[in-house]
Amino acid sequence: MAEAKKIPPRGPMRGGGYKMSDVKGVLPRMLKLLFQNYGLAMGIILGCLVISAVAGIVGPIFLQQITDKVITPALQDKLPTWELELTKLIMIMISIYAVCLVATTVQTQILARVGQRFLNKIRKDLFNKMQALPIRYFDSHQHGEIMSYYTNDVDTIRQFVTQSLIQFISTFLSLTFVICTMIHYSIWLTLVVLLGATLMIFITKKVGGKSSKYFIQNQKATAEVEGYIEEMMHGQKVVKVFCYEDEAKEKFDQINTKLCNAATNANHYGNTLMPIMHNIGNIFFVILAIVGCVLILNNVPNLGVMIFNDDNKFRVVGFNTLRVGMVVAFLNMSRQFSQTVGQVSQQVSMVAMALAGAKRVFNFLDEEEETDEGYVGLVYATEDENGKIHESAKRTGLWAWKHPHQDGTVTYTKLKGDIVLDQVDFGYVPEKIVLHDVSIYAKPGQKIAFVGATGAGKTTITNLINRFYDIQDGKIRYDGININKIKKGDLRRSLGIVLQDTNLFTGTVMENIRYGRLDATDEEVYQAAKIANAYDFITRLPEGFNTMLTGDGTNLSQGQRQLLSIARAAIANAPVMILDEATSSIDTRTEALVQKGTDELMKGRTVFVIAHRLSTVQNSDAIMVLDHGRIIERGTHESLIEEKGTYYQLYTGAFELE
Amino acid sequence: MNKKYTIKETDGQVLNVVVHRHRKKPNKKTPKVGKLKTILKSVREYKKPSLLAPFFVALESLMECIMPFVIARLINYLQAKKDVGMNANDMRQLIIISVILLLLAMLSLLFGYLAGRFCAIASCGLAKNLRRDLYHQVQEFSFENIDKFSSSSLVTRLTTDVNNIQMAYNMGIRTAIRVPLMMTFSAIMAFVLGGRVALIFLALIPLIGIVLFTIVKCAMGRFNKVFTKYDALNASVQENINGIRVVKAYVREDFEKEKFKKAADDVCENFVAAEKIVAWNSPTMQFAMYTATILVSLIVSRIIITTHGTQMNVGNLTSLLQYGIQILSSLMMLSMIFVIISMSIPSIERISEVLSEQSSLTNPAKPLMEVKNGDVEFRNVSFKYSAKAEKNALSNINLKIKSGETIGIIGGTGSSKTTLVNLISRLYDTTEGEVLVGGKNVKQYDLTTLRNQVAVVLQKNVLFSGTIKENLRWGDKNATDEELIHACKLACADEFIESFPDKYDTMIDQGGTNVSGGQKQRLCIARALLKHPKILILDDSTSAVDTKTDAIIRRAFKENIPNVTKFIISQRISSVMDADKIIVMNDGKISGVGTHEELLNTNQIYREVYEIQNKIGGAH
Repeated sequence: MAEAKKIPPRGPMRGGGYKMSDVKGVLPRMLKLLFQNYGLAMGIILGCLVISAVAGIVGPIFLQQITDKVITPALQDKLPTWELELTKLIMIMISIYAVCLVATTVQTQILARVGQRFLNKIRKDLFNKMQALPIRYFDSHQHGEIMSYYTNDVDTIRQFVTQSLIQFISTFLSLTFVICTMIHYSIWLTLVVLLGATLMIFITKKVGGKSSKYFIQNQKATAEVEGYIEEMMHGQKVVKVFCYEDEAKEKFDQINTKLCNAATNANHYGNTLMPIMHNIGNIFFVILAIVGCVLILNNVPNLGVMIFNDDNKFRVVGFNTLRVGMVVAFLNMSRQFSQTVGQVSQQVSMVAMALAGAKRVFNFLDEEEETDEGYVGLVYATEDENGKIHESAKRTGLWAWKHPHQDGTVTYTKLKGDIVLDQVDFGYVPEKIVLHDVSIYAKPGQKIAFVGATGAGKTTITNLINRFYDIQDGKIRYDGININKIKKGDLRRSLGIVLQDTNLFTGTVMENIRYGRLDATDEEVYQAAKIANAYDFITRLPEGFNTMLTGDGTNLSQGQRQLLSIARAAIANAPVMILDEATSSIDTRTEALVQKGTDELMKGRTVFVIAHRLSTVQNSDAIMVLDHGRIIERGTHESLIEEKGTYYQLYTGAFELE
Repeated sequence: MNKKYTIKETDGQVLNVVVHRHRKKPNKKTPKVGKLKTILKSVREYKKPSLLAPFFVALESLMECIMPFVIARLINYLQAKKDVGMNANDMRQLIIISVILLLLAMLSLLFGYLAGRFCAIASCGLAKNLRRDLYHQVQEFSFENIDKFSSSSLVTRLTTDVNNIQMAYNMGIRTAIRVPLMMTFSAIMAFVLGGRVALIFLALIPLIGIVLFTIVKCAMGRFNKVFTKYDALNASVQENINGIRVVKAYVREDFEKEKFKKAADDVCENFVAAEKIVAWNSPTMQFAMYTATILVSLIVSRIIITTHGTQMNVGNLTSLLQYGIQILSSLMMLSMIFVIISMSIPSIERISEVLSEQSSLTNPAKPLMEVKNGDVEFRNVSFKYSAKAEKNALSNINLKIKSGETIGIIGGTGSSKTTLVNLISRLYDTTEGEVLVGGKNVKQYDLTTLRNQVAVVLQKNVLFSGTIKENLRWGDKNATDEELIHACKLACADEFIESFPDKYDTMIDQGGTNVSGGQKQRLCIARALLKHPKILILDDSTSAVDTKTDAIIRRAFKENIPNVTKFIISQRISSVMDADKIIVMNDGKISGVGTHEELLNTNQIYREVYEIQNKIGGAH
């Protein structure tokens, strides 16, 4: 088991180069998820985008109409009613703009909602998924990596949904309209524009390719510098003690300069993409004007696709001569066109990042969940005078296993706490067996201790009893029932566990103890705290039981945290206990206090103890000495001392339990 | 703790600003300008690009301002020929205008390219210098300074905060020139072209300005509030990941899901509320642009017609509208700059805080460059970690230790054992009284000299990524391989190092995660031995080493470095019982000093600890 979790890489270290081929299928899946959950809202947004796009095209056309149909004839005194005509056109413009404004408002307001709720859904999906994953997943993945799904990756998805996606859709729409209109006017000129667009896309790709090379370099250099900073800041006191400041500075300056160079290159490309696109647009504008005029001068027949010609007759393709007015209209459109292409080019890298992030999220959501084929449940029970077990709706202090059979009958077995491991083999990976042929017989009320060095397999055994992991070979029986048949939740409910890592949660002391049994009364919480020897120190805290704990109880000492986790187990009042004891970080006198707490807890229960100090072991019914996944010695304290084997050496201090 | 927040500019450019959020309100007392100055001091060799960037931005903007003007001429020219038709002469005219336009576009491209280049150089350079200055500053920090900031906060300042400033600087030096310039120029052109009509834009500016800034202000306030909740949400995820065993052991999956759902929904709705405010941005802008378009079209058309095209023409109309849109977009940009700057202010404050921090320890004017011997004396020493602390961490310590003695220190957590020894190598200065090493007050020594002679193996010790050799050579850069091996043999590290395939060239991972706790401690001891100190302090440095090896190490010390004064802090009686003197610490005071036997008789704490541990048998 990875006991020491590595410091997770900071943001920019992740990912690296993004290739579209890596994220195949991600986009459709994301869109499907989006539309399935927010279909109506997305539909409205799409509708609004269409309206905006149409208005974006129609607006300038009406402006043109004012010139063509009002100003020009009025100047030639051909239109005495120009005032009326002008008002009419302006009114039309106002109504179009009004509709467009409404559409934009509706779209942005809905998007604000949909975007955040979509993220919230993903967040909740992630969390629910996480709760359903087996312990194996957490042991084999860096915690920082899981965390980054919630932060970095969800964030890139947010950017995609609220920005890139919308921009792409609206760009697509307006490009379609613009191209249609352009074709309507002149196919020749359209070709020129398309040529320009192709060039722009080509340049984007070229520059983008270059910049992504620098981008990756930048990421690498950033990761190196941030990693170094992280390491050195945390080792700063050692640096001071060894007077190593100058060397530390020298190394830092080196990689810092490297980062600066890489960052400059990467930023340079980022900074110049926009001016390049912008001015290529301008250049094509000029080329277009010249080409247009040359065509006119040489009387080249114009070819345009028109639905209705000026004479309102339907025609698909029409020939006419190119007029200057057409060129002017065209020029305006081409500007819009190049602007849009430029905008899209800006979004490309964002989209690639978002898809990479989404892919990681989806991969996580596709992880295999912890399965549970158990059907034997745990129920509260009462025992009548004949010794017959009955199910009870209330907590009675007595539990029973409810065993439904195929013929529909149900038998109840009293929970006694008899646990048998029979020739168990286990490996975290199938190729590497870490427990060999382990057999343990724990009779109700017995105390079984495990001693042995780190990695000997002590914690692994407890991981098997509560089915955090499933065994490879052999059997584990609980009151005679194969634990595979017991519902996992119920199995774990019947086992009280005090872990070496205390892991308290943000909340009050009261809430933390109550975690063991959610319906416990305040009085019961106090009682549990007293059993665990925690009551005294809790009442001395600034706000007693209502003191807020944050960040895994950093405001408490290690010993106090341990006592709270014992209280938490005490209130659960499970018939079988597993205790993974505190480490050497607690001083001797605090340890004695913790010891008292656990002693109280162990009374009358079947207990598995992972001993870090041999004092807890002496009164055990059986001590298992583990070495490299095998039980090498077993017996009571006295018999093991007599044996003068490993236990004896441990006891006399020749070996250290690490 | 960080949230990337993306702001969309009007021209579709997207900025990523990593916002750092703070629980503490920025200190209002110190003027922000002063802090900005502290930051700007780091520009140094990048002054030239910092000035060239805005210069080329200005030129680029100029080109961009002129271009619509020429374009208007081109269109006017074409419009004029609309009904007459074109001839070859017109074509020549047209080509002249086109060439001018092309030239302008090329220049604009060139200037834009250069501006981007210099801007990148300047901002990345500033970031580099800031990181360097911060890093070098931290190297000068005393333990007290490091404690004050905490390692992880220093990491954030060196990474996230510097990145924020880089981003803001990159944006800042471009937009700070560009936007006002474009705005002014557009306004002038609008007036030249439209005369009084341009007043429409002028009237719209304050109106839109107020709305935009109100939106930004409201939204930022809301966002800051949500971010705190969002942080808490992420913290609870982290808690769940770390505590997944507890969650599963207590079968609390559904409970946690429900808890998370509530918190997440709350965060979500708060975000929605904030985003909905921001969402008013684009309708506001659209409204302004449409209003301007309609009003201008209406008024200008009337003017053209009523004056028969003498005052204005159609070309003017298009250009006027373009300049108007330019003015309004600039306004939008301004509000974005406002956001970026507001967001980088906390980063600026946090960085300048580090840069202006004075190291609490300084070298004396005429430092002693030699430590005579390993004598240590504490005279009436009291110590507080901060002036504000109510309780002394150490009170009234008097000790006299001779060169070559072995001193054991024992006591519960929080009894200030570490604090006591930290004063010897002047990691902290005493609050009262004095500490003498080699007969001289530690404050009289050159810090490097003193620390080279007083080797400390810290309780929270760290190995660095690199080979074992590299790590050991922290103690002595010029140590030969033989010396390394010798030190490792003393520290009982040679044996396990030799068992590694790469032996002394084995790579140590960051944080030393690929060696066991006991191995790490022994490597740290060897590293300290290589300094050939006069005083060696082991602060609980063998807690993960088994008692047998522990004893071997202590014997090796006795035989090989008899003249070195050795301080051994331990939880284990067995580690200190054969020391010349044992100091029992309790609550910042010396509860007893003596040999093992003496203390067993006289000191209750010592006896108690001994009894508990002895009952157990040797282990721990």
